[in-house]
Amino acid sequence: MREFFFNLVWLIPLFPLTAFALIVLWTNRNRLLSTWIAWIGIGLSWVLGWTILFLTWQDIEGLTPPLGNHRVPLYSIPTGSTSLQLGFQVDTLTSLMLLMVPFVCLMIFIYSKGYMNFGTEEVDSRYSRFFAYISLFACGMLGLVISDNFVTLLIFWEIMGLCSYLLIGFWFDKSYPDPKRITPKEAGLKAFLTTRIGDVIMLAGMLLLYSQTGTLTFHEIFAPDMLEHLANSYAFGSVSWATLSAMLIFGGAVGKSAQFPLHVWLPDAMEGPTPVSALIHAATMVSAGVYLVARCFPLFVAVPGGSQLYLVSFIGAFTALFASTIAVAQNDIKRVLAYSTISQLGYMIAALGVGAYVAAVFHLIAHAFFKALLFMGSGSVIHGVEHGHHHVHQEGHGEDEAEFDANDMMNMGGLLRRMPVTGWTFIVGALALTGIFPFAGFWSKDEILAEAWHDFIVGGAVGLSGNWDFVVWLVLTLAALLTAFYTGRLVFLTFFGQPRTEAAEHAPESTPSMIWPLIILAAASVPLGLLGTPWANLYFAFVGEGAHLPHVHLEHASFNPLVAAISLGVALLGWLVAWLVYGRKSLAEAVDPLRKPLGPVWTVLENKYYFDEMYNAVIIQPTIRLASQCAVFDRKVIDAVVNAVGNFGRWLASWLRRAIDSAIIDGAVNGVGRVTTWCGEFMRATQTGNVQNYLLVAAVTVVLLLALFLVRG
Amino acid sequence: MQVPLSWYLIVAAALFCIGLYGALSRRNAIAILMGVELMLNAVNVNLLAFWRHVETPAGTLTGQVFAITVITVAAAEVAVGLALIIAVYRNRHTVDVEDVDLMKL
Repeated sequence: MREFFFNLVWLIPLFPLTAFALIVLWTNRNRLLSTWIAWIGIGLSWVLGWTILFLTWQDIEGLTPPLGNHRVPLYSIPTGSTSLQLGFQVDTLTSLMLLMVPFVCLMIFIYSKGYMNFGTEEVDSRYSRFFAYISLFACGMLGLVISDNFVTLLIFWEIMGLCSYLLIGFWFDKSYPDPKRITPKEAGLKAFLTTRIGDVIMLAGMLLLYSQTGTLTFHEIFAPDMLEHLANSYAFGSVSWATLSAMLIFGGAVGKSAQFPLHVWLPDAMEGPTPVSALIHAATMVSAGVYLVARCFPLFVAVPGGSQLYLVSFIGAFTALFASTIAVAQNDIKRVLAYSTISQLGYMIAALGVGAYVAAVFHLIAHAFFKALLFMGSGSVIHGVEHGHHHVHQEGHGEDEAEFDANDMMNMGGLLRRMPVTGWTFIVGALALTGIFPFAGFWSKDEILAEAWHDFIVGGAVGLSGNWDFVVWLVLTLAALLTAFYTGRLVFLTFFGQPRTEAAEHAPESTPSMIWPLIILAAASVPLGLLGTPWANLYFAFVGEGAHLPHVHLEHASFNPLVAAISLGVALLGWLVAWLVYGRKSLAEAVDPLRKPLGPVWTVLENKYYFDEMYNAVIIQPTIRLASQCAVFDRKVIDAVVNAVGNFGRWLASWLRRAIDSAIIDGAVNGVGRVTTWCGEFMRATQTGNVQNYLLVAAVTVVLLLALFLVRG
Repeated sequence: MQVPLSWYLIVAAALFCIGLYGALSRRNAIAILMGVELMLNAVNVNLLAFWRHVETPAGTLTGQVFAITVITVAAAEVAVGLALIIAVYRNRHTVDVEDVDLMKL
C-alpha cells in the first residue's frame, strides 16, 4: 500500500497543472467553474500529499523498515556516454514539505475567492486567469519538492519564476500618480531579472557538478564515495569542487529566497495581489531557496568547516539582521511583512550554515504557516480599508480619492474593533512570528538559537569555529529583538489606538471565504510548534534520521533554558518597546514618533539603505548606458554593413539581369520561338488545302521514286 | 495467236494516265471521281493480264477474284464519294474543288 501511494507521487503536481490547462483552455469565462477547478486541483494534491506524509510518518513510530529514499524513475534520456535519469522521489524532507505546501496553497486558493471580490460588481476582470496562474504556480512548487534530480528541479524552479513574474505583474495596467513608485509591471520585471542572476549562478553550479560526477540525480551525487571524491579533488588552490559547486548552487537560493544582496525584488513584489504575496513571497516560492540548500545539505557539509558554510551562515545571519532593521521604518503593511520574510529566510539560511539542518527545516515549515496567515491577514485589512474608503467616498464626505493608500499603516488604527476575526488571527500570527511561547515560532526559532549556542559551547557538528557560531547566535538574537519590535509596531499601528482616517473607521470585516483560512492557519500555529518541542522533537526523528549524512553526525541540541530565556526575553522586550512607542498612547497624527529622535538613521532605514538607488546607479544605469552605446554602434556600424551587403546584392542582381538574363537567356528563348515561327511560315505554303495539289504531289513523288528505282537497278 | 502481254500493259498504262490526268486537271468533283474510276479499271486490266500470262497453278482464280474485289471496293468508294459531294454541295452550293479549301486557314 505504501509503495502504491509512493509511486503515485508524480500525480501531485499534475493535478494543479491540469486545473491550469482546463481554466486557460475552456473555463476562462466561467468564474465559478474556474474557482472550483482550481480548488479541486489543489485539494486532490493536498489529499495525496498528506496521505504520503502520514504513510512516511507511520515509519517513524515503528522505525522499521527505514524509509530511506523511495524513487519513482520516469524517463532516462541518453546523453552521449551517460544517461540522464529523471524522476521523482519521496523521502522525509519531501514529505515534510508536502505537509506545508499543498495545505497552505489550498488555504490561499480559498482566500483568493473573497479577495478577488467574487460575486460582487467589483470582481477582478482577470479573475479566472488569476486562478490559472496560482494553479500553475502550485504545480511548480509541488514538482520542485518531489524532484529527485537537478534537471526537473530546475524546470519546476523556473516555472515558479515565470508564475512569480506573471502574478506580481497581475495588475500590469495599474499606474500611480507618483512616478517614483514602482508599478506592478516593473516589479514583475525586477523580480524576474533579479532572481535570474541567482538562477544563472545555480545553473553554473549544476553544470559543474555534472562535469565532475557525470550525473544530476540527487542520490548519486550525495552518495558517500561521490561526496568524498568531490571534497578531495580541488578546483584551484585549496578550494575543492564540493565547496565551489555548493557556493554556486547557493547563488540560486540567494536569488529565490531574496537573501542579501539579491533581496531587492521581494519588497517590490508586494505590488501583486495579496494572495500572491502570501503564496509566493511568504509561504512557498521563497522557501524553495531554503529547500534547495536543505536538499543539497550533504554537499554543503561534504567539506566540514569549509568556506561555503561560512558564506551561507554569513549571508543568512547578515540578511536576518539587515532586513529586520529596514522593516522597522516601513509604513506599507505588506512591505513590513516582506522585509520580515527576508529576515526569517535569513534565519533559516543561517541555521543551515551552522549545521542546524533540522531546525532550519522546522522553521521553514512553521514560518510558512504563520507568514501566510500574516500576509492574508494584511490582505484582509487592506481589503477592509479599501472598502471603508469606498463607503466613505460614496457618502460624499471623504477626502480626495487619488492620494489614498490603503496599504499605509498610517491610514489605519483601531481596526481590531472593526475587524475582530482578522485582528485576532493576525495577532496570533504576530506572536508566532516573534517567537512567543507557546506558538510555533518560539519552538523553531529557539531551536535555531539553541543549535548555534550549542555549537559555540560544545563545538559545531559541521566544523565552524566556535567564535563564529557565537557571532551568528548574537546576530540572530538581535534580529529576534528587532523582529518583535517591528511586529509590535505593525500590530499597534494597525489594530489599536484610534482610527486615523475615516476609511479605517468604516472598514468592514471580510467575507467568510477570506476569514476561514485565517482561522484555520491561526489554529495550526500552536500544534505545529508542539511537534518540535525539545523534549519530543518529532522533526528531528523524522528529518534528521532521514538525512543520511555520511560525514556529519547531526547532534540534537538539548533544551537550553538560558537560550530559551534569552530568546523569549528579547522577544518580550521588543513587544514592550513597541508598546511604549506606539501602543501606550494613541497616535494622533500620521507621523512616526521615532522619525524625529532617530533623524538621519530613520531616513536611511526608510529608504532601505538606498540599495535600490545604489543598484540603479552602479548596475542598471551603466547597463542602460552600455546598451544605448551598443544601440548606436548597432545603428551606425552593423546596420551600415548590412545595408551595404544588401545594396551590393541589389546592384549585382540588376547587373546580372541586364548582362545575362536579358541578353543571353531571353535571347535564346526568343530565338527558339522565332526559328519555329519562320519554319512554320515556310512550311505553311505547302498546305494549300486543295485536294488536287496533294494528289499531284503524291503522283509526282511516286513517279520520282519509281524512276529512282529503275535507274538504280 | 495470242495477244502479247505488252499490249495489255500499254492499254492499261494509257488508261491509268488518262485517269490520272482527269483526276488532277478537272475542277468538278464528280469528274475527279470518274478519273479515279479509270485508274482503278487500268489496274484491273493489269491484274487480269498478268493472271492470264504468268504461269500459275492450274485451276486457280486469283487474278479474277482480285479484280472483282477491286470493282466492289470501287463501287463502295463511289457511293461514299458521291455522298460527300452531295453534302458539300448542300453546304456550299458548289462542287468545284478549288472552292473547297477549308483545310487551309
